[in-house]
Amino acid sequence: MNILREVFSPLLAVIAAFIVGGIIVLLIGDDPLAAYSLLLSNSFGSVRDIGWTLHYATPLIFTGLAVAVAFRCGLLNIGAEGQLYVAAFATAWVGIKFGGVAVKTLVDGKMVDQDWSWASLPGFLLVPMCVLAAVIAGGIWGAIPGILRAKFGSHEVINTIMLNFVAIALVGYLTQYHFKVPGDPILQTAPIGEAARIPRLNEFFPFISHDVPLNVAFLLALLMCVLVYIFLWKTKWGYELRAVGENPSAAEYGGISPKKQIIIAMTISGALAGMVAIGEVLGTRYNYYHDFSAQWGFLGIAVALLGRNHPLGVLITAIFFGVLLRGEIFVDGFTRYVSKDLGFVLQAIMILFVACFQKFARR
Amino acid sequence: MSDFFTLAFLFSALTAATPLMFAALGGLFSERSGVINIALEGLMLSGAFTAAVVTYQTGNPYLGLLAGIGAGIATAAIYAVAVINFEADQVVAGMAINFLMLGLPALISGVIYDSTGSTPQIDQAHKIPIIFGGLSYATILAFVCVALSWYVLYKTPFGLRLRAVGENPGAADAAGVNVVGLRYTAVIISGLLASIGGAFLSTGQSSLFTRGMTAGRGFIALAALILAKWKPVPVLFACLFFGFTEALTIQIQSAPWAKIGDEPMPVQFIEMIPYVLTIVVLAGFIGLSRAPKALGLPYRKES
Repeated sequence: MNILREVFSPLLAVIAAFIVGGIIVLLIGDDPLAAYSLLLSNSFGSVRDIGWTLHYATPLIFTGLAVAVAFRCGLLNIGAEGQLYVAAFATAWVGIKFGGVAVKTLVDGKMVDQDWSWASLPGFLLVPMCVLAAVIAGGIWGAIPGILRAKFGSHEVINTIMLNFVAIALVGYLTQYHFKVPGDPILQTAPIGEAARIPRLNEFFPFISHDVPLNVAFLLALLMCVLVYIFLWKTKWGYELRAVGENPSAAEYGGISPKKQIIIAMTISGALAGMVAIGEVLGTRYNYYHDFSAQWGFLGIAVALLGRNHPLGVLITAIFFGVLLRGEIFVDGFTRYVSKDLGFVLQAIMILFVACFQKFARR
Repeated sequence: MSDFFTLAFLFSALTAATPLMFAALGGLFSERSGVINIALEGLMLSGAFTAAVVTYQTGNPYLGLLAGIGAGIATAAIYAVAVINFEADQVVAGMAINFLMLGLPALISGVIYDSTGSTPQIDQAHKIPIIFGGLSYATILAFVCVALSWYVLYKTPFGLRLRAVGENPGAADAAGVNVVGLRYTAVIISGLLASIGGAFLSTGQSSLFTRGMTAGRGFIALAALILAKWKPVPVLFACLFFGFTEALTIQIQSAPWAKIGDEPMPVQFIEMIPYVLTIVVLAGFIGLSRAPKALGLPYRKES
């Protein structure tokens, strides 16, 4: 019964969103059922489809977990977007600086290979360093609003919004002026060293086709769902964190420091958001590309809300969103009028409905 | 470098400040009544898109503006229903509105113009007219709105009630104020004002709507509101300051002297100013910025 109650409001939100979305499609002059069947039926038909769907879901699992952990402590982390930007750049930076990267540069009219790196480390050292860079950078960017909240009482919502813009401007600057290959018209860093790349799943499972960038970050995402669950419900630290989220004054009375928990929660949240960088930089693009995030940080809020701030719920919702992201490409191509923005609109309406239905308590 | 701070620069700063002023004043009404308005960005986008479409179709910027305002009010009404009736989390619902307005205009313009990226260019003659030197009538209107907002907020019974509801809705209710009705009105006003700002962006400052064209201006307006401690006249100065920084980044990007090698001088640090300043002010380093007491709290009548 308990599970039914948990699932009820998210399910209602999804159904309501599809009804409203259907009306919009109808007004536009297309057939909603045809649009929805394109949206939903192209995700699990083949191994290739499944691979793409899970690839789209991966960053959302990380950001969904990030928002959920903060939420369990009574905090709304709108800053996952900034946290993953900073993390992605940090990862690329380590991958370049320790990856033996040489960049072709014009010196005195001649193209010369210029060594940008300090060292050329083997993969078994370089990959963990890059992963650590993502976690630490994201963690620090998350900790800042946590500390500001704990020490100065300033609201984490406003601070995380502001830090998103600061993060994007900061890494944009670093990329443009210090880590871009000279002459490259695109705002992106030089590629990371070959040794920093993490394997794609088709290297282990040849039946997944080559063009699917699904990589081991997806397995890490699954592992993080388990770890976050154990942390929140099976450890003393998780208990303390949730206690602050439930009732900060009661927690304080029970000897738990809300300030400390707020900083811990925001740091973990930022670190989880930062893990998006692992799959994207080390497993998909092999460099830092500005504007690489398809609003994953913000979609993470929707994933966490629809997933009831529970790792299992987050996983299911992230895969569902993966389905939508996969399907909207087909909607774009095979309907007369409806563009792939339909998926985006549906997600927005879902957030609105789930917020309306939940009446969750916030301090 | 001598021609840096010219009259043209002043006008470009005023122009950049104009949409911010409308949006920040909109946020002011909503937040002084106790309703957080993270949705300013989305409200601006709805106004910008609708104004651009209607102006393009009719060739009349005033009809466009009216339609934009209508769209802003409608969007604000959705937000009001969610946060006032359903007591949805105001931040989450606000983000949802912003999301919706990133997707919905693209969806609609894909249908009408077969392009999800932007609407067609409006004829120069059909834009919101300019007085002289690039200064728009909308800028004058923005200044008038500041004065009007100050008057409404501090010199009318409506303003008094609005502020009371934002500080202590329970007491206001006991004194016979219709809390729900007032908050509705305040959120609607914020949709009205923010959408004027959006309409100016698409039919005054530029001549078409592009996807997500507000580019964070709704959040800069929010920053201005916080910096101004939720007061109308300081809002004006905060917006002018942010408009000045925006004009500065444009100036630097185009100035031939502002180059490092082949690249223009980095403007990212100037772009950061509004955001960093907000964080610093919120932390209480430059005087305490105190939000209306009941900000973000839904009001449930005790029975």
